[in-house]
Amino acid sequence: MIPALTVRNGTLSFADRTLWSDLDLEVAPGEFLAVLGSNGSGKTSLLRAILGQVPLDAGTIEVHGQPVHRGNRRIGIIPQQRLIMAGTPLRGRDLVTLGVNGHRFGLPITPKTDRDRVDALLASVGATGYADRPLGQLSGGEQQRLRVAQALADDPILLLCDEPLASLDLAHQSAVAELIDTRRREHDTAVIFVTHDINPILGTVDRILYLAEGRFTIGTPDEVLRSEVLSGLYGAPVEVIRSRGRIFVAGIPDAAHHEGEVA
Amino acid sequence: MIDFATYLELLDLVKASIAAAAVLGIVGGLIGVFVMQRDMAFAVHGISELSFAGAAGALLLGVNVAVGSLVGSLIAALIIGLLGARARDRNSIIGVLMPFGLGLGILFLALYPGRSGNKFGLLTGQIVSVNFEQLGLLIGISVLVLVALLIVWRPLTFDSLDPEVAAARGVPTRALALIFMVLLGLAVAVSVQVIGALLVMALLVTPAAAALRLSASPLLVPILSMGFGLVSAVGGILIALGGSLPISPFITTISFAIYIVARIVGQRVRVAP
Repeated sequence: MIPALTVRNGTLSFADRTLWSDLDLEVAPGEFLAVLGSNGSGKTSLLRAILGQVPLDAGTIEVHGQPVHRGNRRIGIIPQQRLIMAGTPLRGRDLVTLGVNGHRFGLPITPKTDRDRVDALLASVGATGYADRPLGQLSGGEQQRLRVAQALADDPILLLCDEPLASLDLAHQSAVAELIDTRRREHDTAVIFVTHDINPILGTVDRILYLAEGRFTIGTPDEVLRSEVLSGLYGAPVEVIRSRGRIFVAGIPDAAHHEGEVA
Repeated sequence: MIDFATYLELLDLVKASIAAAAVLGIVGGLIGVFVMQRDMAFAVHGISELSFAGAAGALLLGVNVAVGSLVGSLIAALIIGLLGARARDRNSIIGVLMPFGLGLGILFLALYPGRSGNKFGLLTGQIVSVNFEQLGLLIGISVLVLVALLIVWRPLTFDSLDPEVAAARGVPTRALALIFMVLLGLAVAVSVQVIGALLVMALLVTPAAAALRLSASPLLVPILSMGFGLVSAVGGILIALGGSLPISPFITTISFAIYIVARIVGQRVRVAP
């Protein structure tokens, strides 16, 4: 079976700082990989490398056995929820339509086949009920469901999620996480999920890639989220606290705002 | 006041001007939808000041004023597009460019020995004094902008909403941002000829802002906005012809009145379930 993502000896630097080096990573179809680490540890840069937007300094990176390239339509992307500009003349369904034909130049007429596809995508994330409401009036959770539908437009083999649960309440967090999980189970779509907070997806994650201080470690949550492992990674005492099924990481150097936050 | 027969004669004289204003009203309404989505109202104002400088320079040198206005517009649009990819950078660049352009324009006008009517016209509008050849150019440019906007409509919408996702999905976002700035520059240059550098926002911002108070439909908003732009531009000329006052205040007043009504009506639309 061809891996969804293959990185061999990957090295990426930003300015004169090495974000990560000698990264070897294979993500299998249907696998759920969480990417954790402090701000500036190279999480988003990894996504950009997968999208072909930044070249690696060394090593190779392939999606489904092919070298990465810009505008790969088989990669779906789910970004962070954000405020919609007040002057945005779009309804819920239009966000999904952009996933289907937003890259196409030419007269902005959406043919029936595309409209049917949008309807099916809306139904698949349970967003039919608010599809015709203005985007700016939808809640963060409703917006994120639509973004999941948008990302699924071209039946992706790889889903890149960049903090898709940030600023959602707990109920919406688990609902959106479940949508993504269902998708990968039913369609064998690999998921790479960048997050600050591992807890909403703790029951879902297969493996974790933890980036810190130019180093990384890969393994199951139980292998990676341990005090001695993270202390070794950061080169400083870090404590992993498990409490009532949730995981907290305390004492991360140089990132005071991580105190109390998770992983 | 004038009688009806005289009015019709006048109307016949300014037919071409009305056609130019009508096309501009439509294009301004259409591009305004993206000006709002991309938060570019300030850029419109900045470009128009450099467009004014270009037009004033052309007047001084005795070359085609519309061409001068175009050159100024395009230079400003490209500078803003190239240096101001991010909103914060953009605003400071516009803030720096704008007084420079206006100052340059005032200098050129001060050096210009000709009629003062021409001078004032660049700032506050002079559509009825634009000659036939230039009107053709203005209409041609407006149609070009209209067609180009329709072709880039979908990717531009995607880029305006979510540039990172659009880029990941294969939209050439950087090229598109520059194309948009060029189209905006062209639309501004035409507007400067019609209602003057100081008032371009009445045609490039106000109609779209009004339409957005009334709807969030990606089809209805551009249609309303084009309609509002058309009514403002043509209505302004038709009313002004009956008296001796300049055209621009009528265009800006109609455009403003439409916005006020849209706000009031929009409030009720929003409150209703």
